[in-house]
Amino acid sequence: MTVAHGLRVVRTGWLVSMKELTHSSFFVLVSILQPVIFATIAFFMVEAGGRSGTLLYTALGAGLMGIWSATLFGSGGLIQWERYQGTLELLVAAPAGLVFVLLGSTLATSSIGIYAIGATLLWGSIFFGVPLDVAHPLLFVIAIPVTILGLGLLGLVLATTFVLYRHANALSNLLEYPVWLVTGLLVPVSLLPGWVAPIGWFLAPTWGIKAIRTAALGGDPLPAIGATLALSALYLGLGAIAIKQFERLSRERATLALT
Amino acid sequence: MSASPVGLPQSSPPVAFLRTFFVGGVIAYRALFNWIRPSIYIPTMLGGPLFQILFFSYLGRFSGLRDDTFFVVGNAVQVCSMSSIYGATMTLANERYFGTLASLLATPANRAALFLGRTFPVIANGLFVSVFGFAVGAVFLDFDLAASALPSLAIVVLITVVSCTGFGMLLGAIGLRMRDVFFVSNLAYFVMLLFCGVNVPLEELPGWMQAIGRSLPLTHGIAAAREIASGGSLAGVSGLVRAEALVGAIYAAGAYGLFRFFETSSRRSASLENF
Repeated sequence: MTVAHGLRVVRTGWLVSMKELTHSSFFVLVSILQPVIFATIAFFMVEAGGRSGTLLYTALGAGLMGIWSATLFGSGGLIQWERYQGTLELLVAAPAGLVFVLLGSTLATSSIGIYAIGATLLWGSIFFGVPLDVAHPLLFVIAIPVTILGLGLLGLVLATTFVLYRHANALSNLLEYPVWLVTGLLVPVSLLPGWVAPIGWFLAPTWGIKAIRTAALGGDPLPAIGATLALSALYLGLGAIAIKQFERLSRERATLALT
Repeated sequence: MSASPVGLPQSSPPVAFLRTFFVGGVIAYRALFNWIRPSIYIPTMLGGPLFQILFFSYLGRFSGLRDDTFFVVGNAVQVCSMSSIYGATMTLANERYFGTLASLLATPANRAALFLGRTFPVIANGLFVSVFGFAVGAVFLDFDLAASALPSLAIVVLITVVSCTGFGMLLGAIGLRMRDVFFVSNLAYFVMLLFCGVNVPLEELPGWMQAIGRSLPLTHGIAAAREIASGGSLAGVSGLVRAEALVGAIYAAGAYGLFRFFETSSRRSASLENF
């Protein structure tokens, strides 16, 4: 199978998953309503606390929180979900490499989060007067898909590691807030204990939000964009290795369909 | 003890009521939550609240809005909704999802006992999660509570959990008819974070949001818990406590009414377990 064929599988998988996700009320909740509610809470908090100059900062952070939630719940439970539906065997047996099949879906889970950024910016602009002036429009437009790519590939790692834990949903419930915290999406990491920051260095949302914020608020977003892309490559490698292992072990032990 | 029409021994009404209430409640909980095990319970019911409290407390520090106590108390009380909203919704709605609703409603069991009995495990669980939330605040954040405040706080939290469970039961009753009630219960959880003064003082919200907040459970309970945490007495917050109990009672009554209405109308239209 050539890379071109693989990319076609990714594109098709992405399209099918996007259609599925946009019809899911849960993902409407996670990628639109929840980010808007959290953004509203944060807007009220920063305004009442006298930090009203941070509204755009807050809107972008709340938007990325939505992307993380969509990726976490969508990708984290991906393999488990395919199992429940009885489609995992078909995907594994397909001639296309499993990594390409799953990649389309994990990228879709982060892509659906684009609604979150759009929703929090629009909501913030209409109801809280969030200024939508972006310092580097072109780099802002680049930073968002790069961040989505980074989170989608992190989703690939989640999809293949969460499968080791029988209750992926419970793990997803656990990991939503901590990643919001350690990656500095709303709270600057400098406020957290010193040992927290290094954890965030290995997570794409840390660099993604840095890229988006510096592109929007001023500064040089290129290093953060570069870091997000580098992490994306790392995640792809890790994800591919993990999928190979998962596939081999599940064939050897005949546990593919077992929940 | 008397004989039933088919010759089976029949308990006197109060005993049957209590048995349905206690034994039925516990059995229903064990059956409907048979999937609960430590590997699910700990990350979801303890891990989630732990990080929610840390997240909002640090966001509070960043915003400069209030001190840790404000956020610890607000969130520690609110996290009872993990059980009181989701759990209570499941205790009714999952009978339909599991396909056991028809069998349940075919029994002659007293409906009030059947309905109320299943709230007790939910309330106990909600109380435990809230207590855990306060412990998180004491261990990881700048939150201190005088030992003398504990009994009053426990009463306020208990009433708030009961009140919130009434609201959860209303959602559960809606789940007897609605296709995707868990969308509503998820939304309710987040809406309560915004409207009930959990993280934003009620007076900072626009008037219409305050009005909605005051009509929801948690709002008065959280305000009362904050008063007590800052040295107030139970007598001093009795108005808030009564308001919280009243709100909860109204939701619980609405939930029971809806439960009976859906039971009756589903029988009439033969749509009990239709999706």
